[in-house]
Amino acid sequence: MTDAVERVFRDEWGRAVAALIRAVGDFELAEDAVQDAFAIAAARWPTDGVPASPLAWIVTTARNRAIDRIRRERMLATRQAELAHLAALPAEEDEEDVDETTIPDERLALVFTCCHPALAVEAQVALTLRMLGGLTTEEIARAFLSTEPALAQRLVRAKRKIRNAGIPFRVPPDHLLPERLGAVLATLYLIFNEGYSAHRGDLADEGIRLGRMLASLMPDEAEPLGLLALMLLQDSRRAARLDEAGDLVLLDEQDRSLWDRTQIEEGRALVERALRRGRPGPYQLQAAIAACHGDESDWVEIAALYDRLLRMAPSPVVALNRAVAVAMADGIEAGLALVERLEGLDGYPPYHAARADLLRRLGRREEAVAAYRRAHDSTANEAERRFFERCLAELRD
Amino acid sequence: MQYLLLIHSDESRFEAMSQDELAGLMSEYREFTADIEANGNYVAGAQLQPTSTATSVRVRNGETLVTDGPFAETKEQLGGYYLIEAKDVDEAIEIASRIPSARAGTIEVRPLVKRPAEVPA
Repeated sequence: MTDAVERVFRDEWGRAVAALIRAVGDFELAEDAVQDAFAIAAARWPTDGVPASPLAWIVTTARNRAIDRIRRERMLATRQAELAHLAALPAEEDEEDVDETTIPDERLALVFTCCHPALAVEAQVALTLRMLGGLTTEEIARAFLSTEPALAQRLVRAKRKIRNAGIPFRVPPDHLLPERLGAVLATLYLIFNEGYSAHRGDLADEGIRLGRMLASLMPDEAEPLGLLALMLLQDSRRAARLDEAGDLVLLDEQDRSLWDRTQIEEGRALVERALRRGRPGPYQLQAAIAACHGDESDWVEIAALYDRLLRMAPSPVVALNRAVAVAMADGIEAGLALVERLEGLDGYPPYHAARADLLRRLGRREEAVAAYRRAHDSTANEAERRFFERCLAELRD
Repeated sequence: MQYLLLIHSDESRFEAMSQDELAGLMSEYREFTADIEANGNYVAGAQLQPTSTATSVRVRNGETLVTDGPFAETKEQLGGYYLIEAKDVDEAIEIASRIPSARAGTIEVRPLVKRPAEVPA
């Protein structure tokens, strides 16, 4: 693809796919048609020049391809309704004059459909990355350490389920919105985290890009802003999280001059904007916590925020984070006492790591060694494993 | 679209229920059924006899094999169904969530394959 086509693909793929789904009512047909349109663009734009409105050109071309496909498959008899919808989209004759604003932005309906709870979480993630992000099946497979055929199969099944189970293409009505928005936010955060924890910057960037899109499409909701802020603040530490050998560096040992100031400033401004709405939620609180790590970390404030988060969204992981914050704010003993009371975190490496760290700080060396071993044995992440090995080696010295 | 709502629940719970509890549950079911009839969602529905009355039939090499019991031993058993008309899966989910047994058991929502006339060739 030429640079121009690639840029338009990146900016407009999701919007074009969403517009076509609205027109043809079928995910597979819409995706294929938009894919065709970009292939035609790649062949024609280098000689014909980039059209004044690339999105309108892509949607019009895709619409024509969809009509061709429907005709070719001799579906005329049964798909008259779809053809009628398609006819309502801008026609080819006026493609040069088409104003992009006449193409409705259906991306919000698309994201809610991709993240419908009737779809498995893995399917939600794959669909969101493919249909909205425009990632190829190969790219998604690589990101999730899956094979391309397995990923392609997962996408096909998900698209068929949307059609055959009657998953609606729409923004959910108000009474369903809080729950459904929760699913969308969780999926976007999972995409970001998968990239962030596996040190795959491109996937983390994609999570942020999708988060930005959601926040701009739902300007009245506070939690999408909170999620975007949280992702930006976490991502700002990307350069400081690994040392030259590729090993993990803990937050309080990171060189904070390596943190990305622009992301931090944007993240902080977003948290403040979100919290001013007066409807705090788990993502806003987590973002507020992330914003407390400046040149110094304000552990008293962090512990207080974790208190609120624990009341709002109780979970053993939040309780663990709160215990660590209490250890930093009120003393190691107090924090360790809270950690020891937690249940259900045995398979969670950060639990053993946090316990080990507190035991080490208290000089309880043997117990710390045992806890680091548990942490080491319970993680599958190579960088984490090396980190725990280093902790163990330091304790033996 | 039509959806079959399969009601799976633990039969032993019903066996352990008092007469009053059973009567309460049945009256909840009557109320629910009347409601979806009034809304035009109801197509059909029935309660099934317990799995102790089930018979499984297989034909292998032309021979009919009849055995006592359900197709699979599971923690929750199929105890009844509703066939409903709903505009999409969200409406089907909303209806399924109001089935009294959804609180203790599981409702499986299965779209029906469209009749040949509606299927694009």
